[in-house]
Amino acid sequence: MTTAAALPREDSFLQRLSTSLYLRPRLLLLMLLGPPLLWLGVIYLGSLFALLAQSFFAVDEFSGVVVQEFSLANWTGFVTNPANGDIVLRTFLMALVVTIAAALIAFPVAYYMVRFAGIRTKAVMYLGVMLPLWSSYLVRVYSWKLILAKEGIVSWVMAQLHLTWLLDAALATPVVGGPSLSTSYIGTFLVFTYIWLPFMILPVVAALERVPGSVIEASGDLGADPGQTFRKVIFPLAFPGVVAGSIFTFSLTLGDYIIPGIIGSSTPFLGQAVYSQQGVAGNIPLAAAFTVVPIVIMGIYLTLAKRLGAFDAL
Amino acid sequence: MTMSVLRQQPCISSLCVIAIAAAFGAVAGAASAAPLQKVGKGEGAVDIVAWPGYIERGESDKAYDWVTGFEKKTGCKVNVKTAGTSDEMVALMNEGGFDLVTASGDASLRLVAGKRVQEVNIALIPSYGKIDPRLQKSPWHTVDGKHYGVPYQWGYNVLAYNTTVFKTPPKSWKVVFEEMTLPDGKSNKGRVQAFDGPIYIADAALYLKAVKPELGIKDPYQLNEDQYKAALELLRGQRKLVSRYWHDAMMQVDDFKNEGVVASSSWGFQVNLLQGEKKPIASVVPAEGATGWADTTMLHAAAKHPNCAYLWMEHSLNNKLQGDLAAWFGSNPSVPAACKGNALLTDTGCATNGTNEFDRISFWKTPTAKCADPKGCVPYYRWVSDYIAILGGR
Repeated sequence: MTTAAALPREDSFLQRLSTSLYLRPRLLLLMLLGPPLLWLGVIYLGSLFALLAQSFFAVDEFSGVVVQEFSLANWTGFVTNPANGDIVLRTFLMALVVTIAAALIAFPVAYYMVRFAGIRTKAVMYLGVMLPLWSSYLVRVYSWKLILAKEGIVSWVMAQLHLTWLLDAALATPVVGGPSLSTSYIGTFLVFTYIWLPFMILPVVAALERVPGSVIEASGDLGADPGQTFRKVIFPLAFPGVVAGSIFTFSLTLGDYIIPGIIGSSTPFLGQAVYSQQGVAGNIPLAAAFTVVPIVIMGIYLTLAKRLGAFDAL
Repeated sequence: MTMSVLRQQPCISSLCVIAIAAAFGAVAGAASAAPLQKVGKGEGAVDIVAWPGYIERGESDKAYDWVTGFEKKTGCKVNVKTAGTSDEMVALMNEGGFDLVTASGDASLRLVAGKRVQEVNIALIPSYGKIDPRLQKSPWHTVDGKHYGVPYQWGYNVLAYNTTVFKTPPKSWKVVFEEMTLPDGKSNKGRVQAFDGPIYIADAALYLKAVKPELGIKDPYQLNEDQYKAALELLRGQRKLVSRYWHDAMMQVDDFKNEGVVASSSWGFQVNLLQGEKKPIASVVPAEGATGWADTTMLHAAAKHPNCAYLWMEHSLNNKLQGDLAAWFGSNPSVPAACKGNALLTDTGCATNGTNEFDRISFWKTPTAKCADPKGCVPYYRWVSDYIAILGGR
């Protein structure tokens, strides 16, 4: 009769476990949340802090071996070299301009999708916005290199329209111009804006969809003309969506190292500096110092975005 | 020469596991002080860091295979990790977990200084005597009379130019360094390219050595403050001419085709590819000479498979391998005998790849603070940050 004796004991163990967990809800919570919290703490924050710690090491100047002793040499070197400041400023301005351009393009598109498009058109537009995300990022960037090349599609079309002078005038602009679209800041900007646009459109659509029709009608009933309604009602309500989208476009531009490597005049951007210091030069401390910059910028940005209510629109 | 030279070896999962396992193992293994005295039985594997296309096992093209036979003969399985730049090679060797590296001259001395490679006992490599005498004691692998590796292959950077613009080959590197009117009557501004790597500063110094003798540059890799400043000044002027710096060979090929680039420092690889597509591109070594690379197979200080590594170093010098590799990569054998009687290279192959230019080439080596000049020279880490600054227009 051993089995008969064992069974109730096993039952009672599970029962006891169940009872004890029921009586201690905190323990249950810890058991459920512990593993994911450990994951976040160790894998995510841990690696982040390991990175920050790395920036306080220094590299032996000749052999390139990382000397694992605390030193500020890496940071002083980072701050005192004006070329690093150039890289940070260049990347920041590019991210800013790309974000503004993406917002300016995305808002009308999203507005049309939400307020005017029929169900069918809307589905097609959603597909149109999402479709590029399904194809390879690299393929799209390389295609843009060909589109913008000196002997590429854009110059050809401009020549056919007898507008080469316009293209030349744009390329003659100091600083942002260059010998061809694909080797100038204009080209880098165009490709960045194209690549990150979907990430702006989608949050704006989500925000606009949550603007109740009744509020807009009420605005009209109270005598506001459509322009006023847009400025005083629709835009303020949808603005958190724009801020939410800008988090994506801004941070993605800030960290990207592939687009400026393929399109543009070889002036280094932040991501490229990190990549070449870490992946090429093996100078992990300097790469880590570079990495801190976008973390700080995004920290400030996210704090501002939170104040503007962006996280309610995600 | 085929496209596949640039094809990156995918990180096969088992290979990655070995590499990672080895990386951990290397930390435990202490650096051996004295070189090996006798080559024993192979350990069953050898891990090599190499340039893409340097170690072929017939996977890209069946005719080009210098690994399978070695594996059969010695039982040492060859695992290759490709690296795209010298700096990447140094970084990989610093991480550890590899036995050998095909280091160029701008990496080799850094590896020696960082104690990442060990002295090689050339008495254990019977073929060492077959190596071109000019390479046997080259300063980029021989330090204080000690050999830190075995010469593998060498080549150089050419001036590639568009033959419809230049009816006769350009005689000087001036076309890429200084603003001037090209034979087609238009300026070279925006139509030339330069290499996207700090070692390119030496190219500028090599040009200055010829056109500004008053600077007294003897060696483009050993520059004192004044010479270095002059080289940077030249490169700052060049920044205004260069539309895009190249680092990816395929992208440069595309720029020659679609971006109106008419002259640039380049490799034989790109020129061959463009000529294969019937584009009007040719190459030349101008009057000032050219910079070049001579690669050395070096042994990691904590190599886990020293016997297999020695067996590979000996194998790497056989005529068949040296000739096949030269044909595949467009480089030159370090063993002159390999130039004759190789079916893939053909008897004219070495001349085509430029073996006879040897004396006009300044081979890459790492610039160090200590040099022939009593006042000292500008070390490599400054080359790196200054070149990034120049690319940024500063």
